Amino acid sequence: MSLSLSSSLSLPLPLPLSNQFTTTPSLAMKFLVKKARGARVGALEIIHGNNNNNNNNIININTPNLIISTCKGLPHFISPDLLSSIPSSILQVSPLHFTAEGVSTNTVSKLGGLHQMLGLNKYCIVAVPRDSVQCIPQFKGATKFGPSFDTPSGRLLVKPKDYVETISCMKPNIWSALADEVPAWVSNKRNKSSVDRTLKWLDECLALNPETGSIFGAIVGGSNLEERKRCTEEVAKRNVSGYWIGGFGLGESMDERPALLSAITDVLPDEKPRMICGLGLPEEILQGIAAGIDLFDSTYIYTLTLGGFALTFPLDKNGDQHNLQPSEIESDSTKINLRATAYRNDTSPILEDCSCYTCKNHTKAYINHLLNVHEMLAQILLEIHNTHHYLMFFEVIRDAIQDGRFEKFRQTFLESRRVPFQAISA
Amino acid sequence: MPVGTQGTIKGLTNSQLEDIGCQIILGNTYHLALRPTSELLAEAGGLHKFMNWRRAMLTDSGGFQMVSLLHLADITEKGVTFQSPVDGKPMLLTPEESIQIQNRIGADIIMALDDVVKTTITGPRIEEAMYRTLRWIDRCIEAHGRPHDQNLFGIVQGGLDPVLRDICIKGLVDRNLPGYAIGGLAGGEDKDSFWRVVAQCTGSLPEDKPRYVMGVGYPLDVVVCSALGADMYDCVYPTRTARFGTALVPEGVLKLKQRAMADDTRPIDPTCPCMVCKNYSRAYIHCLVTKDAMGSQLLSYHNLYYMMQLSRDLHSSIVEGRFPKFVCDFLSKMFPEGNVPEWVCNAMEVAGIDISSCCTFSERVCNAKVAGIDISSDCTLSSSCGEHDSDNVSDKYDELKLKLERLRNNEDALRR
Ligand SMILES: [Zn+2]
Ligand SMILES: [Zn+2]
Repeated sequence: MSLSLSSSLSLPLPLPLSNQFTTTPSLAMKFLVKKARGARVGALEIIHGNNNNNNNNIININTPNLIISTCKGLPHFISPDLLSSIPSSILQVSPLHFTAEGVSTNTVSKLGGLHQMLGLNKYCIVAVPRDSVQCIPQFKGATKFGPSFDTPSGRLLVKPKDYVETISCMKPNIWSALADEVPAWVSNKRNKSSVDRTLKWLDECLALNPETGSIFGAIVGGSNLEERKRCTEEVAKRNVSGYWIGGFGLGESMDERPALLSAITDVLPDEKPRMICGLGLPEEILQGIAAGIDLFDSTYIYTLTLGGFALTFPLDKNGDQHNLQPSEIESDSTKINLRATAYRNDTSPILEDCSCYTCKNHTKAYINHLLNVHEMLAQILLEIHNTHHYLMFFEVIRDAIQDGRFEKFRQTFLESRRVPFQAISA
Repeated sequence: MPVGTQGTIKGLTNSQLEDIGCQIILGNTYHLALRPTSELLAEAGGLHKFMNWRRAMLTDSGGFQMVSLLHLADITEKGVTFQSPVDGKPMLLTPEESIQIQNRIGADIIMALDDVVKTTITGPRIEEAMYRTLRWIDRCIEAHGRPHDQNLFGIVQGGLDPVLRDICIKGLVDRNLPGYAIGGLAGGEDKDSFWRVVAQCTGSLPEDKPRYVMGVGYPLDVVVCSALGADMYDCVYPTRTARFGTALVPEGVLKLKQRAMADDTRPIDPTCPCMVCKNYSRAYIHCLVTKDAMGSQLLSYHNLYYMMQLSRDLHSSIVEGRFPKFVCDFLSKMFPEGNVPEWVCNAMEVAGIDISSCCTFSERVCNAKVAGIDISSDCTLSSSCGEHDSDNVSDKYDELKLKLERLRNNEDALRR
């Protein structure tokens, strides 16, 4: 067993590998995880090849980590040559972007799958139908045949058979099963049916037995603890390589989340990765990590970038946010809005000690100008910085977990972050 | 020179521009003076520093943008009067002011303010503009505060009148400027007039100073003007056309929006070694263009790469003494049927470049004349004509061929 782990990660070997539990798909994926309960660090190893074992390349991802959100497979504004400057190798792709926008699955297949089409052979590609930006699940449109999504080209019902066919053509490394995601306020009856449907669709996907990538079972159940538990228990019985947790960020309160998350992770087997959708803010990420989630989507970064925001919160080793300068310009000093006229003459980078392309090369004044004149380079530079900063946040968190300081880190982060907020609002 | 109107080449980072081999970019003084303002740029240490661009830079005078963008611009001896786009008040841009603004922006090459008239206008206004441009150059030189770090280029005016052009050239050359631009072209004049003006100017301008043809940037025009002895070009075309989903290829243009592209697994240009062509299919670009930011980013990258590669090829083929062969290869790819436009043939004849091996134009004009159609001034024959796309060209040509065919059949029938 030769696993290349990052130097910061020392795992006691041998550990149970997930391929001992699952069949064909998992040959393409290994997952080593250090701790059982609560926050955990792990190493995901993706074996990526073109069906013959000679040309395999191995992609390593340390968890917890961020999955970079994309539009049609590429980050919204970062082209592949610039992407290489960002320390990440895992991207989320929505297959619906293509079915809805003109490239037929047949063509994707002819090109050799998503990796070939996107020119991203060194990246782990995770296919998830929804993307929180363009393809939003529409619980009212879902039927027993499949979930429904609002896409740029109208409402789309996705049946398991069609979905699996698409996945077979696209050949992602990881793909989530279909989920009937419902908002927090639906009736218990609707919530129950969403769990039933999600399980049925998972069974249909598994029955079709596509020989591609690793399938992650979808877990739903809304804000109902019992339903969450029931769904998790059922999915855990199935032959899946990991778990995709949906139905969060859909109207539930921050306070009820820890219990819901624990209801899920308590039931899930330790040795398989858990991915979640809908948690974006640093506070939310910490909630998820505390519950033992491994992978997060990054729509938050996209939203910040579009709004002209740059993340500036300190990446202190201990989570200390007291260095946040409560500024007169911003109401929330965890990020700055570069549209503000205060940055017109500011010839310093977004963050002095940030090593991203943007901070190494450009000033706040320049980005402020680009935003003022509606130039696309503003979004390119902001997405680079924000993605980089958030990835560094995850790195700091991994170190804290590794050193057994996560709980302290989390407390310090949350408490010290609250202070400047109050100072300003007072 | 890629055009970076507002201190950025649309959709590309500086590192990407360096990667594709871009050595000089153009900034528009009019836009930069509005935002972020030349005062702020001066404070930041100039546009180079403001946008962190380490290579060369040129700014225009701002006059052309005013005349073309603002309806109420009016030119008097003092300068260009225009309505402020901010508050609607009348404003005046004098030659002195244009230079002062450009001094603050700090580009390596700055342009004199000239009296811009449409080339399609005729009569005394052309003459007036030419003489005024000459009077203004003295005011520009006088006002130039940084002659040791910034090179002031004069602009040759005079419309399509060779006599006026000649007077202007002599006047400018007398001032011994670091470089010269050929202005007042690319404004809708016919192609034959266009190249003749370029040829006349390059013939009289000093050999040891750069010559910049303003507003010219279609690949075919660049090749023709280079054959005539011009050195520099600018054009927003590669990036603008990218935003509309059009790629520059050796055959002319490729419209990625077309339905047929959706299943085309080939790269945009299989012979292009750029990052985009190495990685992406036409099918993938098809689904991005005109909808997603990434579509115009990737196409702009390819199009600018194409222009940079074309410039490099022109340069090296001249250095290595194989320029005529390069021109022939270029033309035979763009006009595989040998239907090189007449104006190109004429220009190449004057440039002393034998393109007979790739050109069947004379035969074609004869054919057309037989058919009773005069195509010698047909602008659709030029792939660089912005108003007509290449489909249109081939459609017309096919139509023409059909007519010819019928004519021959009739003749044959008569003979029998
Ligand atoms: Zn940065
Ligand atoms: Zn290319």
